[in-house]
Parts: sequence; C-alpha cells; structure tokens
Amino acid sequence: MKKIIVIASFFVSALLISCGGEEKPAAQGQEAATTEEQPAMAEANPESYDPKRGEGKWTAELLALTETLDAAKADAGEKASNVKCSSCHKYTDERLVGPGWKDVTKRRTPEWLMNFITNPDPMLDKDPEAQAMLELCLVRMPNQNLTDDEARGILEFMRKNDGVK
Amino acid sequence: MTSKILTIATGGALIASALQSCKPKDTSNVVSGNASVKAYVAPGKFDEVYNFVSGGFSGQMSVYGIPSGRLFRVIPVFSVDPEKGWGYSEESKPMLNTSKGFIPWDDLHHVQLSKTNGDADGRWVFGNANNTPRIARISLKTYKTEEIIEIPNSAGNHSSPFLTENTEYVVAGTRFSVPSDNVNGDVPINTYKQNFKGYLSFISVGKEDGKMDIAFQLECPGVNFDLSRAGKGVSHGWFFFSCYNTEQANTLLEVNASQRDKDFIMAVNWKKAEEYIKAGKGRKESVKYAHNVWDESTHTSTSEIKNEVTVLNVKDFPDICYMMPCPKSPHGCDVDPTGEYIVGSGKLAALLPVFSYSKILKAIESKSFDGEYEGVPVLKYESVLHGEVKKPGLGPLHTEFDAKGNAYTSFFVSSEIVKWNVKELKVIDRAPTFYSVGHLCTVEGDSKNPTGKYLIAYNKITKDRYLPTGPELCQSAQLFDISGEKMEMILDFPTIGEPHYAQMILADKIKNNSTKIYKIDENKHPYVTKGEKESKIVREGNKVHVYMTCVRSHFAPDNIEGIKMGDEVYFHVTNLEQDWDVPHGFAVKGDANAELLIMPGETQTYKWVPNGVGIVPLYCTDFCSALHQEMQGYVRVSPAGSNVPLTWSVGTNLPKAEETATK
Repeated sequence: MKKIIVIASFFVSALLISCGGEEKPAAQGQEAATTEEQPAMAEANPESYDPKRGEGKWTAELLALTETLDAAKADAGEKASNVKCSSCHKYTDERLVGPGWKDVTKRRTPEWLMNFITNPDPMLDKDPEAQAMLELCLVRMPNQNLTDDEARGILEFMRKNDGVK
Repeated sequence: MTSKILTIATGGALIASALQSCKPKDTSNVVSGNASVKAYVAPGKFDEVYNFVSGGFSGQMSVYGIPSGRLFRVIPVFSVDPEKGWGYSEESKPMLNTSKGFIPWDDLHHVQLSKTNGDADGRWVFGNANNTPRIARISLKTYKTEEIIEIPNSAGNHSSPFLTENTEYVVAGTRFSVPSDNVNGDVPINTYKQNFKGYLSFISVGKEDGKMDIAFQLECPGVNFDLSRAGKGVSHGWFFFSCYNTEQANTLLEVNASQRDKDFIMAVNWKKAEEYIKAGKGRKESVKYAHNVWDESTHTSTSEIKNEVTVLNVKDFPDICYMMPCPKSPHGCDVDPTGEYIVGSGKLAALLPVFSYSKILKAIESKSFDGEYEGVPVLKYESVLHGEVKKPGLGPLHTEFDAKGNAYTSFFVSSEIVKWNVKELKVIDRAPTFYSVGHLCTVEGDSKNPTGKYLIAYNKITKDRYLPTGPELCQSAQLFDISGEKMEMILDFPTIGEPHYAQMILADKIKNNSTKIYKIDENKHPYVTKGEKESKIVREGNKVHVYMTCVRSHFAPDNIEGIKMGDEVYFHVTNLEQDWDVPHGFAVKGDANAELLIMPGETQTYKWVPNGVGIVPLYCTDFCSALHQEMQGYVRVSPAGSNVPLTWSVGTNLPKAEETATK
C-alpha cells in the first residue's frame, strides 16, 4: 500500500486530481460558498453581450417609452436623484465625481441607462463604455439600490434635463 | 485507490508525533493527521457555523467562523469602542447609561442565542454585564446591540443570561447577595445572614420585537447564584440554578464557602411564580434602573430610568423553589436535550451527579424532603438522583451535548474534556486541552436538537502555546471534531479578551438575514440630510448643527468657516451610499473624541468642542475608494466674538478676493 505524506493541506485537492479523482474543495463536506450575490465575471461570452442594451432586466420593449415626457415621473425622478445621485453627478455637462448628465440620453440608449443605474457592477466588469468612464473617473459607480420606480423616474428626469417635453 | 494519504499541517514538527505516541499532554500527539483538512475553509468559501464568543473583560462579543476560526467582527456591547464610535457618537451614548450614569466598561461573561421550541432560532444573541448588572440583546440581522436593561437588587450579574425554551424570559441571578436596593444598605458586612438577599430576575422578551422588561423578581436566600439552564421539553416551566456559599460567608470565600459537603441546585417552578404574579401576589418595590433601546429608523438610542419592580419572596410561596443537594460548590448546571436530565458540576467534587426531572416531580409530590434551607424545602439527594458519573476528572465545570445522547464536560483542574453517555453515565473518551478549560460549547449544544459535530474548549492559560507577547498572553479556543467516537482536536486559535463562554449556530439559519444597507428613504434621524442639496449649517446660540453628507469620495460641506471658540459643533453625518460594505468614517484633528463609522444610509453625530483657533482638518477614516485620500475637509475656527460669518460650501475653489483678505 502506498503511503503518501503531503505537507500542507493545499496540495490535497491537487493530489486527488492527479489520482484521477474529481476536483473537490480541500475541506470536504463543506458546502460551497453561495455566490448568487456575486456578479458573473467579465469572461462571459462577448457574443451574447449587447453593448447598446447593457446587462440587466431592462429592454426597449419593457420600457415602452413615449415621445413626450411623463412629468410626474420626471418630478419623482428628480427627488430621487437629489438624494442618491447628485452628490456625484451634476445635471450640467460638468464632471464632478462622475460625468455630468447633460445629453446623457443622447449618448446612451434608455435601456442601457436603466440597466447601468440598477445593475452597475456587472456592467463595470464588461461594458466597454462603462469601463472607459471608470478609467476617466476612477470611482466605480456605486449600486444605490434603486427601486424600479426610482430608476424609471430618474430616466425620465434625465430626458427632461435633455429637453424632452 | 488504496493509497493512504496522511496530511500533515504546515508545522513539520507534527510528523514524528503522528507516527508514534510519546509523552502524554504533549499537543503533538493529540492533533490527528488530517486536522488541517477538517479545519480548512478555502479562501472565498464560507464557514459552516457562526460562533458568538463573549469577550470577558473586554466587554464585547466577537463573531467567528467555524471550523476556520476566522474572526469576522467584534460587536461592541458594554464597553466603549473608539473603532466603531460606540459610546462616542451622540446616538450611542445613551446605550451605556445606567442608574449610576454613563459607564464605559463592563465584563461580558455569557452569551445565549434566542430560542423557539427549544431550538436556536437565529434572531438574537443575549449577553450579560457582570460588574454593573445588565443584559444586552444583540440583533443577528444588524450585529448591533439593540437593547440593554439594568437589573436592580443584583450585584455581580454572572448568573445570566439564561433563556426559556421560547425566549419567554431571559433570567438573571445575582452572584453577590446584597441588601435590597430599597433598604438602607449601610449595615455591617457581617450581618450577611440577616440583611443580604439573593434575587433572581425574570425579564420578559417581546415575541416580535424582542423588547425586554423586568416582569418580576424572586427574593431568595442570600447565597451566591451561579449558572443555570431552563428546563426544556418535559421540564419546560422550570429553571435550575446552581448555588454556592450556602455557608453564607462574607469573607475568604475560597475557604469559608467550601465547608459544606453539599451545596444546592435550586429548582424553580417559574410557571408557578408567573401564576402568583398574575394573581397579584407580588409586592412592588421602589428601585432605579436604566432601560436603553436602539431605534433602527432614527439610528439613535434612548435611555429611560425606571422605578419599580414586582417581587415575590419565595419563603412565602413554598411551591416555587426547591433545593437539591449537590456536591461541593456546584458551578455548571446543564439540562440535556430531552429536558429529563440535569447535570450538576461541583467545582471541588470528584463525581458528576445527574438529576432526573421526573424524580424531582415525584419527590415533591411525595414530600421526600430533608428539612429546609432558609425557608426553602430541601429535596432528598437520593430521591432526585438519576446517578453519578464516577471519577470523571478533576474540577468539573460545564456540560453540553451532541445529537447521540452524549454529554461533554469540561474539567478545569485536569485540563480536559470528557465525553460520557447521559443515560448510562459511562465515560467514553477524554481529550486534553491546553490549558485550564472553562466553558465549552457544541453546535447548538444547549438546545433540544444539538448538531454536535464541533466542540470548542475555551482555555484560560496558553503559556508555551503561541509566540510570546510579554507578560500578557492571549486566551484561546480549541476546536474538536466530535462527529466520531473519539474527539479529535483540529484547530487552536487566540481570542479577544477572555472567551468566557460562547455558542455556535448553523450558518444556514442566519447567514441570509444580514442587513446590507439602511434605506436612506426610511432614515428618520432628526438631523438626516437626504441629498447633498439639503446639506446646511444651523447655528443655535453656541450650538452649531452641521447637516453633512458623505459619498465616495467627498463630504458636503467640506469647507466651513465661522466656527468660534466656545462653540459646540455637532456634525450630523449622513452616508448617502446605498451599496453593501461601503461605510464612511469621520474624524476631526486634535479632538478628544473617537471616530464615527457611518453605515450606508445611516446618520451619526460627532460632537466637537474646538480647542484652538486655526484651520482644523477632518477626513474619512475608512478606506472607501481609490480617491479615499481625497476625502477630506477644512474647518476654520476663529476666536470667540469674531465676526467671520458662518459659511459652508463644497466644490467652490478659490474664494473671492475680499474673503481671502479677511484677517
């Protein structure tokens, strides 16, 4: 019978693999950490990533924007922005911590904006535009845990800020 | 595959010992070959079990992961904690208020997890203050001390907190008997027998909100109450308290309280006491105690002084308490998972008595009494005894249980854990600890359904165990795998303060309940600033309120002028972040205060009394982003009576020429 002495437990899993065993965590019987909270990392298939839409639940169909402004939504959005966004974003074209909001609705699609403000971490990990902004601003946009209503209001306020009537 | 794999921990010294047995009590021969695998939790993986450990004389409670022994958090409870602003922020100061005023320190000895149907339910963990008697309730959502209640008529609250099986009550006994609070305590110390009383306090716990209130107190003979457990299952409705110093000595207790062959475990029928209280039999006593509550919506605590308790003197109600003789200064008093067996551990005894609940009931029914002690009936030892574990070890202290009918008892003097079968009273295994073990815990080991699996011994002495650090050495935890027939030591790690007692709970029960952020929309702090546009400064005489916000990576306002000597400045700092794990810190140069740590969505207040004219910097203390070093501000302090106007701003650089010109 072979007797193998392994120094340091780090080698155990490697050894099991080399013996044809299945890969297992070193501490067997340990339930793997739940990672549902963690965003999928950047290696996701680039084919499936739509840089016009971003990543998240929002699509153009779901948003179903009208040409005219929903003034009530825009007002609610302005209130939410004042609490959760305006510390870092001016409503002009001037950059503060993050870029100014002027004309943002002309630079990005509505669904991209909705996905980015509600789901920033996965997009900062893979979206080329978001990554370019991160290189410029050096602060990852925080997840401000916006509700769907808040996010929708903020989008409407951005549209109002950009002159939609 | 037939290969035999021996895994040896990185300390290569263990190889030899794993292959041959050598001198006893050498650590190396009690660490088994695959110990490192059993205690190893890979980076990024979660532990199986949460471990809540009292900090002893640190006054705090720490949270570890098991089996890795990794320290996650130290929860400030009874001692100020400058690291977290506990006892320094205006909001947390009332939490440390008592009938004697603000007290910055205490000694936290025991913890107990809240229970439903006798099982750990993962809602709260309770802790006691030994020195100035108090009980704290800590939320297992926010890992924050939410409530502290002081206990009148008590001195040395070692004997707590003990919970009933549905957390109906948290119970606290007094270690030192003393004259009651409402009589003149200016009496000769040697009048112990006439004037000193032992009180047990029953503190009700709100079913939904956990709010504590002293429901009633039992006035008992003057002795030292020690440890206790509530009955469970069949014995639900009862409590069992060990008592020592039944000699009622008032000096040199180590000799004078060790005279009698047997002291007592006092069985308390608390359901009966509850009936008497409901029937209005209690007497009202005028006392003074503080009740402090943290409000999560205002992020602020309040302290209220209360003035009355209801007391039953057990002498007047002879069917509440019964004394059971127990050999030699009993300390631990533990109830097995079925509720039928009560294990008494006499610190100086050479055997472990196990009492039977059904025999206790029979003995009471048939009046199998052996006289009385200070008006409380004494049950005959033989009538209530299930049996004795003979020659288990030296200095038995505490017992917890596994799922297979076994008990695990710590032995202080002989430094070992002994595993024995509760029904058969037979010793199965023994394992040395290093050194002088006090409490131990198994996973949910005081519940109706212990998991067993792991056992931790908490050791008082560690000399020669770790790299030395001068005269004061750490105390330690030693982790055993108890899933097999033999106990196996798998890890040994240092702890905070004195790890007096601890409990373990399966992580799955609570890990998904953690609060991640406080919603800014729900923040009802009176000085909250919801958005940078709302930031402002309001002067009320010499009190100056700064409504300040913070977000990665700046404060608003961050330039403040017009503060004068003699002002009291209150920085009410609101963290506007709504993302998990992004607190900001706040500190002011040269100030006799600690820092604030402000969680996402929270508002906390820092009081500053300027102590010199000049420019005073402030900054964020908790590394928050790549531009954390930029997160700073300036306050200009002018002499008293100066006419520099009160101004504030953020983002306005290069002030106008006339402002620069002001002297």
